Amino acid sequence: MMFKKCLSVLFTCLIFISSARAQLVIEITSGADQLLPIAVVPFGYEGVDALPEDIAQIVEADLARSGLFQPIPRSNMLSMPSKEADVFYRDWRLLKSDYVVIGAIKKLPNNQYRIGFELLNVLSQKPVQKHSSIDVSARNFRDAAHYISDKVYELLTGTRGAFSTRILYVTAEGDKKAPLFKLQVADADGHRPQVVVESKEPILSPSWSMDGRKIAYVMFRNRRPNIFIQELATGKRQQIAQFRGLNGAPAWSPDGKKLALVLSKDNNPEIYTLDIATQKLERMTNHYAIDTEPSWEPDGKGIVFTSDRGGNPQIYRLDVNSKRVERVTFEGDLNTRARMTPDGRYLVTVQKNDGNYHIALQDMKTGRVQILTETYLDESPSIAPNGSMVMYATTYQGKGILAVVSVDGLVKYRLPSADGDVREPSWSPYFK
Amino acid sequence: MSVTKLGKFAVIGLSAAWIAGCSTTATDTDSSTVAEDANSTEQTNGAAENTDQAFGAGQGDAMTSVIVEEEVTTNDNGMDSLAGVQTVFYFDFDKSIVRPESREALAKHAEYLVSHPDARIVLEGHADERGTREYNMALGERRAKAISRYLTIQGVAASQIETVSFGEEVPVAFGHDSNAWQLNRRVEVRYE
Repeated sequence: MMFKKCLSVLFTCLIFISSARAQLVIEITSGADQLLPIAVVPFGYEGVDALPEDIAQIVEADLARSGLFQPIPRSNMLSMPSKEADVFYRDWRLLKSDYVVIGAIKKLPNNQYRIGFELLNVLSQKPVQKHSSIDVSARNFRDAAHYISDKVYELLTGTRGAFSTRILYVTAEGDKKAPLFKLQVADADGHRPQVVVESKEPILSPSWSMDGRKIAYVMFRNRRPNIFIQELATGKRQQIAQFRGLNGAPAWSPDGKKLALVLSKDNNPEIYTLDIATQKLERMTNHYAIDTEPSWEPDGKGIVFTSDRGGNPQIYRLDVNSKRVERVTFEGDLNTRARMTPDGRYLVTVQKNDGNYHIALQDMKTGRVQILTETYLDESPSIAPNGSMVMYATTYQGKGILAVVSVDGLVKYRLPSADGDVREPSWSPYFK
Repeated sequence: MSVTKLGKFAVIGLSAAWIAGCSTTATDTDSSTVAEDANSTEQTNGAAENTDQAFGAGQGDAMTSVIVEEEVTTNDNGMDSLAGVQTVFYFDFDKSIVRPESREALAKHAEYLVSHPDARIVLEGHADERGTREYNMALGERRAKAISRYLTIQGVAASQIETVSFGEEVPVAFGHDSNAWQLNRRVEVRYE
């Protein structure tokens, strides 16, 4: 189809333009108390042509960003081995490095590269895990690096790494009075941004399906909010809610079959669920107050949401079967936009205290609440699929930016963009 | 065309023809990046052209974010009695109570709408940047509804009024201070 072809050419151009600019750059502002020293040695390469990416550098940046590791600078390295037989453990002990990551890259005949890597324990002088390798094309070098980071992180912390995940976010660029809104998807480290949708009308509330293949979001059209579902790979999209009034806050159920959403078609904002296959709508709340910002519990049995039925906005839990509602948050002047960690242990909210909006973490067992952030006008928290980090939107030097804080509050970093305001982050689930 | 009669699946302000266009969109594979413009060009049936082309062709100012003043001034078909009447109404923080100083201007809008039963307005509610975005969508709607109630009490038919919220997405003032926040907590009256 000619038309489609034109579109895909345009699509490619736009991606190219957007990746040349507007990348989010990471600035680490705070780390854990005890950092694990690790050396990521530049990977050996036998070929002649230049490699598309420096794998070791990406792995090093990933590990540093987690706030748990202290990479040994390359300039301090006494040798740069690429296989275990060439490793002098004594050298690494001198550098006080507990672990060493080494690797080698080999070009294969089919334009693929074989990337082998190993994680070594300096104290025991043994590999932590057997040598392993992956084959990738030049385009997927960053994926290979994040895969290695995930492996190293999991071997050393016992928690699955989330470096291979992606983020969705909205940017508003250009003239503030008539900005161009772009929904973008990028790697979790801000690299490789791609524009998914752009519009002169506002876009908000992006949300991932549990398999990471589809997204839902709110976009205005003709000055009214609509909810769309879009397949990421193809761009194929479906307008699923365009009722009178609010069409907002879409949230995918853990089984991928339903969306929770907010509609005010029956007069005021209520939580509904929409069965995506049958298009059947079910009203879940019934109250004259504002009910909004639904988010599913990991087991799908409950939906947490924001309601001001008690006077000011707080988080409530809706039992999906019985539709019984109970209040969940009691601390702070208000709590909104709750998200639950994948293990169901913690509830992350935007809490207001003394006029300040911060990201708060409530322990669902003990009820203890901890304020995680000290930035300005914090909102839109989104949790990494391994439950380790919360990405959120905040205001820094007068601009909207994304920032990340670990669930223990110790590790913090920012992802500012060179141009425009960035907002509404949504951290992807694991892919596969 | 009475849009409210289209039932709950209708897009307000759009015709049934456009809705047919939408279901096409649902199954079409449109390249996402250019989706906005692509969609507009895809939908060439009937009234769809008007709504969507205004948007697709909106390289200029057809769909800029804050166009209330422009809209009102361009819409001068027999609206002389409303000339100079305030179209933006402000609210207190986290509140949706119509302020006393808004009443006089709202009474003039009510009077006009009662004497022009074919006239239609959209009340566009807005919030300041503080607080979360979807909660602010709800708050903006609540403010628009407060104005709507004020008008219906004075005899305006509910069918003449549509309420929409932009939440905090379309500010008119861009500072991060109480002045800017005050200007952004508002409802704008837009004649269709």
